[in-house]
Amino acid sequence: MYEKNGEKYFIVDSHLHMWSAGPDNWVKGQEQYAKGWIECFHAYMGLGPPETHWPLEKFMSYTHEDFEKDVFEDAGVDHAVFQSTYLMEWYTNGFNNAEQNAALMEKHPDKLIVNGRFDPRDGDAGLKQLEEDAKRWNLQGVKLYTAEWNKGSRGWRLDDDATQPFWDKCKELGIKNIHVHKGPTIWPLDKDAFDPRDVDKAATDNPELNFIIEHVGLPRIEDFCFMATQEPNVYAGLSVVIGGLMHARPRFFAKVMGELLFWVGEDKMLFGSDYGIWEPKWQIDGFLDWDYPQPEHEEFSDYPRLTTAGKRKILGLNAAKLYGITVPEGMGDAEAAAKDDAQLVEAG
Amino acid sequence: MRRARTAAAAAMSASSGAGLRDQVWDALGAVYDPELDEPITSLRFVTSCEVSAEGRAQIVLRLPTPQCAPNFAFLMAADARRAARGVPGVREVVVQLEDHFTGDEINAALTRGQGFTGAFPGETEDDDLEALRELFTRKALIARQARVCERMLAAGAAQEDVVAARVADLPSEDPDVPRVLELRGQLGFQTESDAPAFVTPNGAALTPDQLTRWLRAARLVRTSLEANGGICRSLLAFRHNLEPDEEEEAR
Repeated sequence: MYEKNGEKYFIVDSHLHMWSAGPDNWVKGQEQYAKGWIECFHAYMGLGPPETHWPLEKFMSYTHEDFEKDVFEDAGVDHAVFQSTYLMEWYTNGFNNAEQNAALMEKHPDKLIVNGRFDPRDGDAGLKQLEEDAKRWNLQGVKLYTAEWNKGSRGWRLDDDATQPFWDKCKELGIKNIHVHKGPTIWPLDKDAFDPRDVDKAATDNPELNFIIEHVGLPRIEDFCFMATQEPNVYAGLSVVIGGLMHARPRFFAKVMGELLFWVGEDKMLFGSDYGIWEPKWQIDGFLDWDYPQPEHEEFSDYPRLTTAGKRKILGLNAAKLYGITVPEGMGDAEAAAKDDAQLVEAG
Repeated sequence: MRRARTAAAAAMSASSGAGLRDQVWDALGAVYDPELDEPITSLRFVTSCEVSAEGRAQIVLRLPTPQCAPNFAFLMAADARRAARGVPGVREVVVQLEDHFTGDEINAALTRGQGFTGAFPGETEDDDLEALRELFTRKALIARQARVCERMLAAGAAQEDVVAARVADLPSEDPDVPRVLELRGQLGFQTESDAPAFVTPNGAALTPDQLTRWLRAARLVRTSLEANGGICRSLLAFRHNLEPDEEEEAR
């Protein structure tokens, strides 16, 4: 629970990591990519409050103890979902693969959920691996990273024909939450590689699955929103939105929140800290305090308001619903809360 | 940034390259990040710009992260090269993209005077990236013309008046109007004074029943562009220890 001003909040952090990105884990000959990747992440940490910044050395190789303190003790996170990212071409043992994440999950089985992954370019071997992983870690979700390099290929798309067998396999295995991350990506090289519209076909063809678009499709928030309004099973993952904008660019944060509340709605927005990029405490605390900038400028006037009940949904109840997490008494019931004040302002 | 440039220009004033250097800098000010629709100079993507007395220009570019998309990186580097070459007196231009994970490929292609396929042979057949550029020119137009329209409405213009307005009616003092017309020109849309002031993404005149929806959609595109620009500026500032740059929050 996170406690603020005598109120308790049930927190589900739907997007975080336990990675290993130090030089000891860099693939020989690929050091520039491994190093560039983690330095890029570290720059993102710079968008948070200065007192929460870590030196690069700690950032590359934080420990289980760091995680337990930052996530459980300081931020009061009740449940957290690990989003595994492999990047095996750059990191010898993977950047933060399910195995690494599971090592911590085994210490806190009542609090941590591990998501797996698949890559359609692995074909039948990939299907088999997914099946093994699902049984081993009781997977409810996967994190898909379409920019990953794989044996000469620099990326893939969710609407590739080769992907459908993996959707079918997910349904068979009871995996229902599909977290999708676009970029930082370079493929297809000559197109807009961030375009999230391949999610559209996958979501339409597979209504049994929930698609959570991490970072709300950043940098293509507009394409994401236009798509999300048409697909009932598409959700907005707020990682990077809160961490990257709330402190560094508060006015833009307010606008992005206003747009998301308008186009996507508070029932389909999920808090994710993206730890270790940012510690969750300042994000939860600031989000509970958040409102449109005061005195309120006219440009914010027709955005939907966000009440405490709405914040409860975003910080925990919505994700609890997707992952079947039991919410304690008195913390607000996701089903009931969703009905009350989630009316979207109609466009036009 | 402007102050830094003036200081640098003053320091160089003894050399005959100084005037030319300012001209090259100004030319770079007309090179836009296609994704953010802002000049690469105000985004602080130009690390250095030097021009020798013999007219040899050396331009170094940096992007917010080493992982920024190679296609946009290539467009900016190629555009910078073209802009500098267009300055009379400049005989040779070397553009270098630093600290980027495909910097070597891009720099080598530019040095050889090649297009995008030269940088990534076998991985693309699109040498000039025109489709990509057009996609983002359209987004930029959607976002920017809505800014003009919102200001007109805020200043008291009636909805039917903005829909009926012509290019000649666009407020001349509005800082976004010249760029709006430039973007329209790039997309092949009419820019004559009697052409519609506001157009749909396909260049058709806006109709009264479309206005609310058009503004709503445009505001989303604009928010996305501005938020991305904000993140890019913040990342760049953090990585290079630059003073915070808040100008875009003010508009």
